[in-house]
Amino acid sequence: MSTAVTTPQAPSRGSLTERLTGGSRTRRLLWIMAGALVTLSAVRAISGEEALTSSSTMAAALLLAVPIGLAALGGLFSERAGVVNIGLEGMMILGTWGAGWASYQWGWAAALVGGVLFGALGGLLHALATVTFGVDHVISGVAINILAAGTARFLSELLYTDNPAGGGVTQSPALSSKPPTLSLPLLSSGPDLLGDVEGRHWFLVSDVAGVLRGVTHEVGVLTVLAVLLIPASYLLLWRTAFGLRLRSCGENPWAADTLGVAVYRTKYVAVVISGALAGMGGVFLVFIAGIYRENQTNGRGFIGLAALIFGNWRPGGLAAGASLFGFADALQLRSRSAVVALLLLVAVLLAVLAITQAIKGNVLQSVIAGVVAVAALIAYLTIDVLPPGIVSFTPHLTTLLVLSLASQRLRMPQADGLVYRRGES
Amino acid sequence: MTALRRLGPALFAPVLAVVVAVVISSVVMAALQVNPVKVFQVMSDFGETPSQQITALVVIVNRAVPLFLAGLAVAVAFRMGLFNIGVEGQYRLATIIAAAAGAAVSLPGPVHVVFIVVVAMLVAAVWAGVVAVLKVTRGVSEVISSIMLNFVALGLASYLLTGPFRGSAPGTNIVGTKVIPESGWVPGLNGIFDALGLANPPRQLYGFLIIAAVVGVLVSVLLNRTRFGFDLRASGISPSAASASGVNAPAMVVKTMLLSGAIAGLIGLPDLLGSTHAYTTNFTAGLGFLGIAVALLGRNKPGGIAVAALLFAFLDRSLVPLQIGGYPASVVTIFQGTIVLAVVIANEVSRRVARRAAERDTAEPVAAAPAAGSGPTPPGSSDARQEVQA
Repeated sequence: MSTAVTTPQAPSRGSLTERLTGGSRTRRLLWIMAGALVTLSAVRAISGEEALTSSSTMAAALLLAVPIGLAALGGLFSERAGVVNIGLEGMMILGTWGAGWASYQWGWAAALVGGVLFGALGGLLHALATVTFGVDHVISGVAINILAAGTARFLSELLYTDNPAGGGVTQSPALSSKPPTLSLPLLSSGPDLLGDVEGRHWFLVSDVAGVLRGVTHEVGVLTVLAVLLIPASYLLLWRTAFGLRLRSCGENPWAADTLGVAVYRTKYVAVVISGALAGMGGVFLVFIAGIYRENQTNGRGFIGLAALIFGNWRPGGLAAGASLFGFADALQLRSRSAVVALLLLVAVLLAVLAITQAIKGNVLQSVIAGVVAVAALIAYLTIDVLPPGIVSFTPHLTTLLVLSLASQRLRMPQADGLVYRRGES
Repeated sequence: MTALRRLGPALFAPVLAVVVAVVISSVVMAALQVNPVKVFQVMSDFGETPSQQITALVVIVNRAVPLFLAGLAVAVAFRMGLFNIGVEGQYRLATIIAAAAGAAVSLPGPVHVVFIVVVAMLVAAVWAGVVAVLKVTRGVSEVISSIMLNFVALGLASYLLTGPFRGSAPGTNIVGTKVIPESGWVPGLNGIFDALGLANPPRQLYGFLIIAAVVGVLVSVLLNRTRFGFDLRASGISPSAASASGVNAPAMVVKTMLLSGAIAGLIGLPDLLGSTHAYTTNFTAGLGFLGIAVALLGRNKPGGIAVAALLFAFLDRSLVPLQIGGYPASVVTIFQGTIVLAVVIANEVSRRVARRAAERDTAEPVAAAPAAGSGPTPPGSSDARQEVQA
């Protein structure tokens, strides 16, 4: 024990909540996740909406979260090196086109290479504009978004209109081979023990089984790769000399320069990696659909950017943001009535918030949270099914709500978005 | 001479940008075996008869009016350092609600139009205000919240269109709101052509052109000639200096976003009040995103935005002729993206050239002053050399 106790009485251990939620970051996060799962399974049991935690929803959530997570990861590399990347959407579009073009000719492995290369090309353009020419990062990003959409359309018009393999102005020929999928033996394939448990609808146990089966049953190779990229990026950025240099360019490029870091080169590398990862997100979309289609990205690059900021410019955080979005999206796609059950979840969470605020003595916040909680409860009890137009934006509204309810202690890289010229301050 | 010297860099950048964009897109086209010369011919061909030519001009101006308003909405926020990427959602939601409201009431002519305009401005301002309030009270980045609210607005619009605001008979191909009665229309300006003795084209020139011009002048005056405009620009250039001089930063964020949103509410109205008279499933989309490019191209100044809007409208007009001629129409989009990128790069380069020149002038004032006063400015070769060295 390193803490020297000077007084005879035992040190205060704090209140119960502090003991549960205090301690290290990881422990607190684990508690929050466990709490969320218990609440979710309680809501599932009360509302009878099995879709809330079913393995098919979870599998869909994973599929929907991966491209957003990849785009966000791309944003992480770029913004940690101090280059704001609003062009992620455009790089993703280039990735989808590259994947579509390579895949119908040479199969799925080539699609991966093609998409990543096309995305990296977009990144290179962004680096050229922002690093070499010192253009405002947002402007360059907007231009790349326009340019990418135009280029993809242009190339499709040229290469696919009279193509014997199929395709047209807005889509490529179909993929010539599908990427392989993996399942956990015994647990989620063959005897499928998890699927068995899930089917019994036990409180909490079945929910955990549903989540686990969803993320282990017939998972694509690229999904596995994408999930592994999250810890890999953490290790690369926070545990290597290259990562330290890259982050120093985003925090204080002038100081980094005096320490001998090649700031321009590092930024170039970071932004090209960023484009490659966003392109990989595009490849993933092509794999899901089995074909390149125009407007396949549908704003996912922007949502990836949101996930990045949501996650406080950290790999774990952006993964959480992407998962939240993916889950809400999967839910609205699979079952419109399950979205109504989300209202019950909102009511429960806000009630908890109201109680904690009341204990802390914040009367106003407590009352507001309480009123909204009651309103959500009434809405849950009276609404059966929401119309499709309303349901379509569930994930966006969820992200916005969580973002505005969560405590805002976000800190972007210090020199993020600043134009750095060597020798000028 | 001084006028040329002042205007030179300002003109140099856009001209260089257009040249660069032409060269790059020509190279791309040539590399893919499309004849760039023929494409540019098609783009600049306005037709044979005077009537056709005037029609082409009307199409361009009609397209430029909403683009100008979109650019203005984005630029107002930009001048304060806010990125209102949510203009798209703001104008779509505002237009559908204004269309439904306009169809639901019957008022005498001008009042009806004013009513529709006010509804549209209010809806869009409220929608943009949500972004501002979230930023000020909860610290949510305006980029994220306005992206998310775009999706929410588009979802709401599609719900309203297919649900409560549906005015078209069931079974028709295009779903739309009820048609606004004629008292709520803005008449065309085709009388001008008769007055000028030109051919009167079949297409109506939007009367909203005048409203847009008035809005442009008002915004210009507001930004450059008022205390509010000064505070807004100061907050954009240096937030710390602005708040040190007594600007209430949160209040400025809210006011600017409300203003930006109110202008965004106008974007859909030229089409709504001038030609479609109802919001339908195929109502003009994407103006909000194009507005970002137009604002950037026009350097966030109303005059520049007008020129940029006309340029973009000219490019958009050539979409149909290109398709008819069998050329890839996406050339237009490539051209638009390239020109935005080229103009900002050219701006940056010319800014640096100007700065180097200014630095050199101040570095050797005694030696340089007589030379600069007695003759023309020294040739740009030394500037170019320094640029290369940098």
